[in-house]
Amino acid sequence: MKFLVRLRPFFFILLLLVLWQFAASGGHDHLFPTPVQVGAGLVELFSQGLLAKYIIASLFRVTWGFGLAVLTAIPAGLTIGWNRRLEMALNPLLQLLRPISPLAWIPISILWFGVGDMAAIFLIFLASFLPLTLTAISAVESIPPVFVNAGRNFGLGSWELVWRVLYPSVMPRLIIGIRITLGIAWLVVVAAEMIAVNSGLGFLIVDARNAGNRYDLVVAGMVTIGCIGLLLDTGMRSLEKIRSLRWTY
Amino acid sequence: MISDRLRTRLEPVILPLLMAAALLLAWHYGVKWSKSNVFPSPLAVQKGMAELVRKGLLWKYIADSLWRVGVGFGLGASLGIPIGLTLGWYPAAGEVVNPVIQMVRPISPIAWIPLSIIWFGVGNPGAIFLIFMAAFFPILVASMNGVRNVPAMFRLAGQNFGLNPVQILSRVIFPASLPQIVIGLRIALGIAWLVVVAAEMIAVDSGLGYLVIDARNSGKRYDLVIAAMLIIGLIGLILDLGFRRLETLRAVRWGFRQDA
Amino acid sequence: MTGTKSGSAVSTHSATAARPTKLRASGINKTFSRDGVVTPVLENVNLEVGEGEFLCLLGPSGCGKSTLLNIMAGFLDPTAGTVTVDGKPVEGPDPRRIFVFQERGVFPWLTVEGNIGFGLFRLPKAERERRIAHYVQMVGLQGFEKAYPQELSGGMKQRVEVARALAVDPDMLFLDEPFGALDSITRLIMRRELLRIWQAERKTIIFVTHDIEEAVQLSDRVVVMSTRPATIQTIVEIDIPHPRDLSSARYLELRDGIFDQIGLAHKI
Repeated sequence: MKFLVRLRPFFFILLLLVLWQFAASGGHDHLFPTPVQVGAGLVELFSQGLLAKYIIASLFRVTWGFGLAVLTAIPAGLTIGWNRRLEMALNPLLQLLRPISPLAWIPISILWFGVGDMAAIFLIFLASFLPLTLTAISAVESIPPVFVNAGRNFGLGSWELVWRVLYPSVMPRLIIGIRITLGIAWLVVVAAEMIAVNSGLGFLIVDARNAGNRYDLVVAGMVTIGCIGLLLDTGMRSLEKIRSLRWTY
Repeated sequence: MISDRLRTRLEPVILPLLMAAALLLAWHYGVKWSKSNVFPSPLAVQKGMAELVRKGLLWKYIADSLWRVGVGFGLGASLGIPIGLTLGWYPAAGEVVNPVIQMVRPISPIAWIPLSIIWFGVGNPGAIFLIFMAAFFPILVASMNGVRNVPAMFRLAGQNFGLNPVQILSRVIFPASLPQIVIGLRIALGIAWLVVVAAEMIAVDSGLGYLVIDARNSGKRYDLVIAAMLIIGLIGLILDLGFRRLETLRAVRWGFRQDA
Repeated sequence: MTGTKSGSAVSTHSATAARPTKLRASGINKTFSRDGVVTPVLENVNLEVGEGEFLCLLGPSGCGKSTLLNIMAGFLDPTAGTVTVDGKPVEGPDPRRIFVFQERGVFPWLTVEGNIGFGLFRLPKAERERRIAHYVQMVGLQGFEKAYPQELSGGMKQRVEVARALAVDPDMLFLDEPFGALDSITRLIMRRELLRIWQAERKTIIFVTHDIEEAVQLSDRVVVMSTRPATIQTIVEIDIPHPRDLSSARYLELRDGIFDQIGLAHKI
């Protein structure tokens, strides 16, 4: 009985697949692929070695762009958040830059870096840098003053205060911000690859369509993107479960 | 000597202005010293902006982008909120559907472009579909979690006063989850604004995203590219501020002070 | 340290003898099962509550007294046994019997007026407004009609919840440690207010608390419950007329009797 309840989500997915199969094979245009065709497409990509190559290319760009953003944005955001005047001066600028779609930077990134990995990494860096900075600023601002006072009370110096009070108290919020930003970076890499480079999962989608309307490969690419996005998100969520970071949830 | 009170009132205005002036100067001289003849100086961008306004194209493009966001986001909200409330209200249904949601959600809305072109062709419906996909999932998930986080006590109190299930949904569950739904709507609007620009760069030939790509392709007018980017930023900021105003309404404000 | 056992007790009168039965719980058992482990929470609880009586359920935290209250209010089904009100079995929550939570139960999205009027949706507008005004007055919240709960103190929020319950004119009130989150001064004031309201409206009240003093100050009878699985250990009749003198010998005697029942020393 309980076993059946646990299986329900799988039955639901199966049901959706069956419906998709019928809808796609019954349609007039045979452009839209059936799940079976998509599965065959995945196998084809895999056996050609393209799938692994493109996944690695996309992950490579995300790792560099996102990693650089984490390394620079978090110290920058913590400093800005700690310094009230600096925050006053920079906040309007950050708010203005944030809603600019990272993709709108494509012409400029191509101008500066040419078509290639560097341009894509720059876009992902931009897409991650602003949200991370803003998260870090708000994380510092939300530290209850009692924590800082308690730290001073116990005679901590400023470095000890940063290491033993500030850092642990901003961590929970930062981790959430990092997870959400990684999701954005994953959205942006796909879009950037559709426009600015010649490899990666985003390129796979555009290329499969342009080179002979291979919609089975388009959907195979989308499924892969969804699965990797889900894996990244689950990985980050398991970080949130680490005990010393969990106090706020 | 300026008095302390005056200083605390002037600082929030003067500091950003000084910072902006410093950055503009750095940009101006940066372009000058590097002798770039492609990357525009702030003055060139300002002239470009004036040119766009004069030609009247700007207003048309802004209207096109806003219209696509409005329709796509509106559809996303009008489907996402009721479905999310229902899935939150029936946890068994939520558990069945959740894995599918979690798998479809990380697919970049941009990755749907090829499919949206087969289903809707090139043009407004395709772009609206992409924005719908971008807005629907955050709204759905926020509504679902909103309902799940309503304390059981509120529901019990509703039952106790003799409310029927429909009344409990409309008078207890919906207002109780509204703050979380509003946050979800604001985040979804931000994403929709990112996506409309991207969609317009690929799938249609009007709007601010098209302006960016077109200015580059037809004659490397980087002054217009940056002018368009600034306008995109400004409108995004206005949309976000508008939504934050919504969060200060009395009926939802209670939900935003919990960590204070 | 304890009160002297003086014989000159205050005039004793039985508070319950003449009252018709309002609520009867017979043979109540409740077990919870989680992951295959069955935990008994309540064991063979039998209780009668008289019309207009103020009854306290007293016991340590987590002993199951709240579970009993939830069963009597119709929010939970007992594993065995029945609860009847006015001779009819309880089959679920009912607006004639309102449950008052700690002050966290006020709806944060409604004003004071909106909260108090929450259960009055079936009444015509004029009557609804009259009742809201009446109960705003009764709990002393004039001037705060348009305020939201976040702008109120804990004690004021608790008043809103009591007024919300009274406004639908129920026969019975169930209060689950309603003053537990308040500071001790506000708690004393709220007790006095509750007694004033109870004497004015003559509702049947069942009040759950883990505070011995509170139970002796408020109720006609104190039902002392044992720890898990909870059973009724003893029922103490509080035969002191209102207003009660908290330094009277009889008060101290009854209080200390309950201390002894629970097995607590009188020294700290």
